[in-house]
Amino acid sequence: MSRVRLWQLGLVAGAVVLLEVLCRTGVINSFTMVPPTQMFAALAQAALHKTWFWPDVSYTLINIAAAVAISVVGGFLIGLGVHAIPRLRQALDPIFTSYYAVPTFILYPLLIVFCGIGPLSLIVMGALFGIVAMIVATLAALDRIPRVMLKVAKVSRLDPVRTTLLLKLPAAAPHLMTGLRLAVAYSIIGIIAGEFILSTAGIGRRVALSYNNFDNPTMYGLLVLILGFAAGVNALLGAFEQALHRRWYRPS
Amino acid sequence: MSLRPVRARSSVELAPQDGAAVHIALRGVAQTYPARAGHPPVQALAPIDFDFRQGEFVSVVGPSGCGKTTLLEIVAGLVRPTQGSVTVNGQAVTGSVAEGIGVVFQEDASFPWLNVRDNVAFGLRRAGLDAAEIARRVDDALSFMGLTAFHSAYPSQLSGGMRQRVCIARTLVLRPQIILLDEPFGALDQQTRLLMGEELLRLWRATGATVMLITHALDEAALLSDRVAVMSARPGRLIDVIPTGWPRERDSALVAEPEFGAFTARLWAMLREESRKALGTT
Repeated sequence: MSRVRLWQLGLVAGAVVLLEVLCRTGVINSFTMVPPTQMFAALAQAALHKTWFWPDVSYTLINIAAAVAISVVGGFLIGLGVHAIPRLRQALDPIFTSYYAVPTFILYPLLIVFCGIGPLSLIVMGALFGIVAMIVATLAALDRIPRVMLKVAKVSRLDPVRTTLLLKLPAAAPHLMTGLRLAVAYSIIGIIAGEFILSTAGIGRRVALSYNNFDNPTMYGLLVLILGFAAGVNALLGAFEQALHRRWYRPS
Repeated sequence: MSLRPVRARSSVELAPQDGAAVHIALRGVAQTYPARAGHPPVQALAPIDFDFRQGEFVSVVGPSGCGKTTLLEIVAGLVRPTQGSVTVNGQAVTGSVAEGIGVVFQEDASFPWLNVRDNVAFGLRRAGLDAAEIARRVDDALSFMGLTAFHSAYPSQLSGGMRQRVCIARTLVLRPQIILLDEPFGALDQQTRLLMGEELLRLWRATGATVMLITHALDEAALLSDRVAVMSARPGRLIDVIPTGWPRERDSALVAEPEFGAFTARLWAMLREESRKALGTT
């Protein structure tokens, strides 16, 4: 393990220990926050003994997986199409640039009207959050494909579909990973926030219920679960992205 | 090795003189890039007429920026000329690459996501050959390119020269009827260039392919070619096409012959002024 990684782990562990001490000594009162050990205990208790835990976890995970799939596949295909038509790209660029400045979440009530309270609204919300990050990453990745690769495709007489699958997609892969990571992060935010506001199931809804019932240990335990999941997925994708960069590019 | 003396020619030789069939014909081929962002149009190539005879090895030399690569890409069908026409076996090239054309580019075009073996087999798999034939051809190509020991390595683990050899192998395994080479040996050291040149000559003799080689190296052009086409500074036009007069069976021992030195000196004498023009020092 690298020295930097050791420092990072040390900082996280130090913050957890400090929080534990502050909570246990009453500097932070128990209505505001519970000690980390209590958060983990409540999470374990919920996982082992609460009947809602696994159905809610799987509900959220399935919704996230669907939103990520739509964001990534849809974003890549839309990116390909927009990249192929420069005038369309010129027209859409300002929209892509300012997309995340707009609070997309205000559309959630509309989605509930059109799609009902259920997984469909949440998946569409998550996909709306993630898809533009993937489109923008796809455009940037396609820009970075060496022109000689596209010449090779022509000399190899590949049709557009094979050119995309056999050359463009793998050639762009390291840069597409940036979009994938963002799409996953944004989709998780969209789904959890949607569940938190109005949903019939899911971890986000369970956090809201715990909050309303003053069940701080369970609420914090679930927040730890969400944070751990998001950070874990991001770390895995980051490791994969680094591996791709090592394979694709010569070490300088 | 017996060498015929170099024949002096002062005018551009449009068509081969020995009656061999014309494989690629260029008629009035010119290329002008349109004005962009405040820059005036750029005439890259002045009208060029030239015939490649079936199975001959032609090198194109000229100063930097004279349009050699543009000319190769027009012959390949990658670029549509703004004037004139190209025909391959009598069929017009109309903006797409005809079957049987292999191109080795100047830039590294190896696929970083595939290992050496899969890189070399890429085109063969698209061609639908059976696995045994693919394996045989790939093994042969890896062997003559000196890459057998690196068959499972990825391009990021290879030097620039080795990656270029992967690209050359990937083109040659397809046994194209026309091989277009854009400074393929630029990334190689001098010794490897000579050896690769010999391998290329061997392969050319074995397959009977028509070869167009773009190169900056006058000795390379002189050694490998049946004819050397000399281009002017931009806009590129052919200022002469010189037959080398070497026998078909030749190798790098030729560089020790006095005729070889005389031929290279003649090329340089023609190019010196054009290179000065390209540099803007005249």
